[in-house]
Amino acid sequence: MSYTIEINNKKVEAEQGETILEVLNRNSVKVPTLCHMKDMLPSGACRMCVVEVEGRKNLVPSCSEPVTDKMSITTHSQRVINSRKTIIELLLADHPDDCLYCERNNNCELQSLSNEHHVRNRRIVGKKQEYKLDVASTSIVRDPAKCILCGRCVRVCEEIEAVSAIEFVGRGNKTIIGTAFNEGLNMSKCVNCGQCINVCPTGALREKCHFTEIEANLQDPTKTVVVQHAPSISVSIAEEFGLDSGTDIKGVLNTALRKIGFNVVFDTSFSADLTIIEEVAELIDRVTTGGKLPMFTSCCPGWVKYAEGFQQDFIPNLSTCKSPQQMMGAVIKSYFAETEKIEQKDLYSVAVMPCTAKKFEQQEKTMMQNGISDVDAILTTRELAKLIRFHGIDLKNLEPEMADSPLGMHSSAGKIFGTSGGVMEAAIRTAYYRLTGKELTQYRIEDVRGCEGRKETKIEINGTTFGFAVVSGLKNAEILLDEIKNGRSDLHFIEVMACPGGCINGGGQPINQNIDAIQKRMKALYDIDDADTIKASHRNHMVSQLYKNYLGEPLGEKSHHLLHRTYQIR
Amino acid sequence: MKTEVDNILETYKGAKRDSLIPILQKLQENEGFLSKESVEKVSKYINVPTSKIYGVATFYNQFKFSPPGKYHIQVCRGTACHVLGSATVLSEIENALKIKTEQTTTDGLFSIEVVACIGACGLAPVISVNGEFHAQVTAESIHEILNTYREKEAKDEK
Repeated sequence: MSYTIEINNKKVEAEQGETILEVLNRNSVKVPTLCHMKDMLPSGACRMCVVEVEGRKNLVPSCSEPVTDKMSITTHSQRVINSRKTIIELLLADHPDDCLYCERNNNCELQSLSNEHHVRNRRIVGKKQEYKLDVASTSIVRDPAKCILCGRCVRVCEEIEAVSAIEFVGRGNKTIIGTAFNEGLNMSKCVNCGQCINVCPTGALREKCHFTEIEANLQDPTKTVVVQHAPSISVSIAEEFGLDSGTDIKGVLNTALRKIGFNVVFDTSFSADLTIIEEVAELIDRVTTGGKLPMFTSCCPGWVKYAEGFQQDFIPNLSTCKSPQQMMGAVIKSYFAETEKIEQKDLYSVAVMPCTAKKFEQQEKTMMQNGISDVDAILTTRELAKLIRFHGIDLKNLEPEMADSPLGMHSSAGKIFGTSGGVMEAAIRTAYYRLTGKELTQYRIEDVRGCEGRKETKIEINGTTFGFAVVSGLKNAEILLDEIKNGRSDLHFIEVMACPGGCINGGGQPINQNIDAIQKRMKALYDIDDADTIKASHRNHMVSQLYKNYLGEPLGEKSHHLLHRTYQIR
Repeated sequence: MKTEVDNILETYKGAKRDSLIPILQKLQENEGFLSKESVEKVSKYINVPTSKIYGVATFYNQFKFSPPGKYHIQVCRGTACHVLGSATVLSEIENALKIKTEQTTTDGLFSIEVVACIGACGLAPVISVNGEFHAQVTAESIHEILNTYREKEAKDEK
């Protein structure tokens, strides 16, 4: 049913069931929000979005109020503005004064709102509570002093990731966002996905930084510092420098990394191809020898920790392959070190990742050979952008360069690992070839593309129908796993990514609440796939050479030792 | 091995999240506080994350997360007691025991809790130790009161 309502004396159309906020947004009337999250039920907690509705005594939160016919709304009356300004002033009453050196300076919603509402002094001074900084996690730092209790992190952790590591703890002005028993985040069920960081309006949540250690190694002339960058970095980091979402700067990224001082630049998309070779071999082995099915991908460390912590029955279903980051790390510290004759102690391996969980994965025991980590330090996309600025590099005036050989070449199948559905598509291309000896005639597998939380397809290979499913966001994984527990048995291979949309929306990516940005990053990866001439991992001849010269056979002894991992119950 | 917590949980067969508070109350009645182990068991039993249970439990004053002392001191901070100096009484007890409210002394002997009003305004300022009321407490008399419990404890040990 259609309504006609009035916004600031202008008539507009609205549909029954829409909230006032939705109608306002559609008509380009901006009202500020803090607790609101798109596509989630409104919580109506922060009252920033209040508007005046004719005939109503009190101000109305527009995020949770459905429109009614002939409703007359005023969005920026003096009363409304005063109310919003007071809310901001109250939030600032207990907020630290360290904007100058805050992680989120110039990228803080509270700061922007104060600015927009012309808050120029601290009118209300509140009693400062004492808060403990939580640095116990490998990935995420929590700074409750900067928290404004909007609850977005709590909701994303529960409703998107099905983890609920954090919750509102305490009551009244002593309320904080905390873990069970106020322990460090490392003691909680947190899977380190970092989605909480991406939704945090202030600097209360941020990644654990490996910056100092990396800088020290870059300055050390005895060290060969090797860097790898994940498939999704080149299509997202440009946003940090004011370029359009989805701008691919792969060549420039290589140049910038060399200018920072990294001696060797490799591309994680290479080891994504390597992962596909191993993972497909494992899948075919499981199918032909009656192994545990469906098999799950193991590229995403958030998903892996979720499985280890919440879904232990499915641990035998996880592929034993390491993630591309760890495969690359293992190959750098073995094959590359041996061929280049670099001693282990002089080799320092950094990975640029869209992800905070990679910082957890990097230090796991199963990711070490003889006590030496496959990868030494992780930079998120955001941290690399900082490092680029720190070194005074003007990204816009760099000539593109190639990544180094031999671990720099990749097929576009390795590149699309950066989006939800990409691993699956790459795997299907190679699995089809391995089982039939022929290439797929249509390389695009549209069914597993797109931003939906769950995608499925069935493909017939050699007379057998294979079921494939792709989920992103661990809540969607939980739902699919419940179906399997209840007897669903038509699936052979399932890709799971903790972050909605995959790595392009990872917890280490530029903070951007805009869904369009994620879609543009996704499109950029598929455009690269369309333009590339090598579209399947088994066609990456550098990977084939690595097997010939060093690894031997997929699932062989050397691969097993270097490229596969174990799991533990948490 | 079945624990007391398991036995309590069994009396709530088929319970869902709406039974959370009664279950927590029962557990606290049994243990004197909510231990991490019992909260984890409740979490599994009714399928509610531990963080949520902790969130709910910390919302209410009635739930404790550390074992109470052998002598649990409740200090009334109601209006009448406040007017007659309960703030001084409380800070004197905290200083004497070298702990804060909601904490337990390292020897496990005393713990302090602040309560709003224990309905004995005529005796203000009033404290209650394991349900035993002490009337018209002052900063001086508090030391005598604490000593009587310490002496009692020493006697019991002999």
